[in-house]
Amino acid sequence: MKKILVANRGEIASRIIRTCNQMEIQTVAVYSEADKELPFVQAADEAICIGKSPVAQSYLQMDNILAAANQFHVDAIHPGYGLLSENGTFAEKVEAQGFIFIGPNADTIHLMGDKISSREIMSRAGVPVVPGSEGNVENAEKASRVARSIGYPVMLKASGGGGGIGMVLCRNESQLQAAFRSVKARAKTNFRSDHIFIEKYIENARHIEVQIFGDRFGQYVHLFERDCSVQRRNQKVVEESRAPSLSIKQREQLYEIALLAAKAVQYKNAGTVEFIMDEEGNFYFLEMNTRLQVEHPVTEMITNLDLVEWQIRIARGEAIPLKQENIHAEGHGMEFRVYAEHPNSFLPSPGKLIKLQWGSGSLRIDSGYREGNEVTPFYDPLIAKCIIHGETRKECILRARDFFEQTTVEGIQTNIPLFLRVLENESFINGTHSTNLLEKMKE
Amino acid sequence: MEVLSSMAGTVFQLLVSKGDTVEKGQIVIILESMKMEIPIESEHSGIVQEIYVTEGDFVNEAERLLKLV
Repeated sequence: MKKILVANRGEIASRIIRTCNQMEIQTVAVYSEADKELPFVQAADEAICIGKSPVAQSYLQMDNILAAANQFHVDAIHPGYGLLSENGTFAEKVEAQGFIFIGPNADTIHLMGDKISSREIMSRAGVPVVPGSEGNVENAEKASRVARSIGYPVMLKASGGGGGIGMVLCRNESQLQAAFRSVKARAKTNFRSDHIFIEKYIENARHIEVQIFGDRFGQYVHLFERDCSVQRRNQKVVEESRAPSLSIKQREQLYEIALLAAKAVQYKNAGTVEFIMDEEGNFYFLEMNTRLQVEHPVTEMITNLDLVEWQIRIARGEAIPLKQENIHAEGHGMEFRVYAEHPNSFLPSPGKLIKLQWGSGSLRIDSGYREGNEVTPFYDPLIAKCIIHGETRKECILRARDFFEQTTVEGIQTNIPLFLRVLENESFINGTHSTNLLEKMKE
Repeated sequence: MEVLSSMAGTVFQLLVSKGDTVEKGQIVIILESMKMEIPIESEHSGIVQEIYVTEGDFVNEAERLLKLV
């Protein structure tokens, strides 16, 4: 594998290019008109504009990306996260044109992308799933029947959704009736399938996920867990590894069921099995992400491994580089997603990054932008990830406070003031917080 | 009276047509910015006389969207 096209943008494109450089693999960046000034375009060995600013006219244009791959004679395509990374059709097209898709098989992506089928597969394999409907919920009557049998509150979810998109919490029958039609309609427009399902909503849940890898030799390993319970609008804001306040027994159980899930679909390459944990400490399968996660750096921090390097090595046919017994975790890792948004209302704040001055401290900063760049409204609000490694969780918290207190961003609003409040929050400090932490802090 | 865009984004949905009566506080347009839907409310009551944008258009902050009389 001599040349890789990175079919993504921003910080993750820069991140992938960095590992390619270390492995002496050439890189090709593809970019939209709005992104032409961003660091990832300059970081790549070669770069080509693939369309106008909206994602539908650039980063989601499979044919333009494949044309670039042919033009620059690449060997493989790395999809990053989001965009086309979990699009099974894209993976098929990439392979059909003779390129290596750096990720799992297209079949696995299709199966796990359909949340109804992934629930069924996992349940059959003995992985505990959240109590809920079986198959598609066709109409509002069936929805209320299911909701009554599992008990309110419930989550109404689009089968083609994921990552917090296309779901609505319903606390009673009237909310369910009000939400049913809009969730179904939205599912149809956003995910091209109006199939929806119902899950019991677990109160005061924690979001815990396990990083796994599989290879073509049928070997599977886990790289420990991450806690991603600090969320807004069901999307992650702060992640850490390892998860606080878990017993050794709970951890072992978690890894065991995550590997069971990986084997159930003969998973290849990097993947994440997401769970929610209820107040009694029971784990339930939520979804499987068939790609590199945004928060993969916290795992890299504690294992001292390069997950993108592993992805590339497995994609070119190698076995998983390490045996399970040789994968060790050391210290604590914590990641903060800096979003261009208002810290309280979470409303977007696009604009020019007039000043971007990070605090001091030996942090890893995966940034998609540099001072002077324009943060445009066409893409998600993530501008950078700040990743901290400490000997203990407490040390991470103290260093994060120092770092963000010294950080100055001008021209746009960011959620840094929110981080500072989270870092002072008692339940966060104690590691007993759940996914409603940010909602509770608003009250 | 004009309805202005509260931030830069793309016009995702136009919820009114020329000649419609709108109330103060009514959502008239949904913008999409940074993958989020932003409802734009009318700050006045009136009748829609002019629509300056169509779905899919890009608008800057404080750009005019509608004219009411």
